[in-house]
Amino acid sequence: MLLKQGAEAKIYKSEYLGCPCIVKERFVKKYRHPELDSHLTKERIKAECRAIVRCKAAGIRTPTLYGVDLAKRCIYMEYIENAKTLKECISNAVNNTEHADGNKDFIGPILERIGVFIGRMHSSNIIHGDLTTSNILLVGDLRSEDLQIIFIDFGLSSADESAEDKGVDLYVLERAIISAHTLKENVFNVILKAYAKEYKKGSSEVLRKLDEVRSRGRKRLMVG
Amino acid sequence: MVIAIGLEGSANKVGVGIIRDGEVLANCRQTYISPPGEGFLPRETAQHHREKIIGLVREALTVSGISPDKIDVVCYTKGPGMGAPLIMVALVARIIAQIWNKPIIGVNHCIGHIEMGRLITKCNDPTVLYVSGGNTQIIAYSQNRYRIFGETIDIAIGNCLDRFARVLKLSNDPSPGYNIEKMAEKGKKFLHLPYTVKGMDVSFSGILSNIEKQAPHLISSKQYTPEDLCYSLQETIFAMLVEITERAMSHCGSQEVLIVGGVGCNVRLQEMMNIMCEERGAKLYATDERFCIDNGAMIAQAGIEMFQSGTTTPWDLVTCTQRYRTDEVEVTWRS
Repeated sequence: MLLKQGAEAKIYKSEYLGCPCIVKERFVKKYRHPELDSHLTKERIKAECRAIVRCKAAGIRTPTLYGVDLAKRCIYMEYIENAKTLKECISNAVNNTEHADGNKDFIGPILERIGVFIGRMHSSNIIHGDLTTSNILLVGDLRSEDLQIIFIDFGLSSADESAEDKGVDLYVLERAIISAHTLKENVFNVILKAYAKEYKKGSSEVLRKLDEVRSRGRKRLMVG
Repeated sequence: MVIAIGLEGSANKVGVGIIRDGEVLANCRQTYISPPGEGFLPRETAQHHREKIIGLVREALTVSGISPDKIDVVCYTKGPGMGAPLIMVALVARIIAQIWNKPIIGVNHCIGHIEMGRLITKCNDPTVLYVSGGNTQIIAYSQNRYRIFGETIDIAIGNCLDRFARVLKLSNDPSPGYNIEKMAEKGKKFLHLPYTVKGMDVSFSGILSNIEKQAPHLISSKQYTPEDLCYSLQETIFAMLVEITERAMSHCGSQEVLIVGGVGCNVRLQEMMNIMCEERGAKLYATDERFCIDNGAMIAQAGIEMFQSGTTTPWDLVTCTQRYRTDEVEVTWRS
């Protein structure tokens, strides 16, 4: 059963040894040169599997990996019930103006916990590569401490120690939050603060890089 | 009925266009072409524009059959672009506006491209891929801004192509990108190059360094022809663009793509984008070199939109700037 067609992959729901599972098929992109396409697809499937395993070791929740079929371009993994993306949760909260004040309260703690997880990811040298609000799932009561935060879609991930790639990772998330959601910019600082606290020694260099990456944006008005 | 004249000269093209209520009456253009192996430098480019612009203004008036007293507003490119050519064109715009006693509007160059694309293709609310020698951006409209969802984090795609054309010593006539496109049509053998997509952003400088470094050896050892290299470079970097465009579309839930900017007239890029669109049930809108490549009419068109929504530029702000981001402009003419 086709659940969703993303930009890169088709997501099906199926069964794996009696458990509900997700089949993520990185279908052939016809616009790409066939050699480039098969090369990229293999790299991304491998990257996704490696990152999932490494996240598990670091104590970050991701869908559990069940199996891989490179020939069929498929990954089989855990189906997560009742999940909402962070994007949906923020949009709901922002659009629901009736309880504007009450609604904003719960986003802060969620973002704080997301910051902790990203800090943990980076301290284990896992670069997500596509940290957007659509790639973070939430399961459970948004106001509860038991809310699960699950990271998905590691197709662009890599293992890297450099502050550069980590800085770009944060930059991508910042842009996703600011561009798609009309939230005040300080919400991103909540993430950064928690990030720095979790990823103690390495974080100052990454945050310096983040500033550098931000100022790289082309045609930005320069001060001084 | 609004008639606007637009003056553009932010890079190596200088153009003057006249538009009357969405109808292009004149769109005259001259291009400064530098020798093979060389790019265009600000000083020489500005000199070129200075020599051509008065003739272009005359030509536009003659072609359109519009006399200066019928013009409602003078529009010019405020930025972004190269300093000296921008100042050159802004100066002429200031002068004719004062001689003719007309209001003046400074237009963001990128917005000019978007509004021209919307006018010509009649698309409604597209995800815009803006690709040129100086810019590479994925843009979507939301709440009175053209917001940048993805962009290059270093050099523009056109710059990457132009600089590779210099390595091969290709002619800059009519443009280095066009000559790469023609070479690429004859390429067969695919060379693996780095592929750099970071979320919705892309990077080209590493790819350029890589191919610049390998090219002389690959060609002299006859492993790859220059045509193969042009082909491989285009296939790789265009695939990156299509990928981030598709990602932006799925992020925003959009079903329309508009390609604007000089690189946008590359037929292979349009073809790849179209395949992607067909797979998603989306529609591609693109224009040809008359409107993709920098021109005066696009500045007039964006100017008309601004003018009709009540914007003009006060004389003390009739300046130009090399850095002027697409998302800095408040879009007063769309809801």
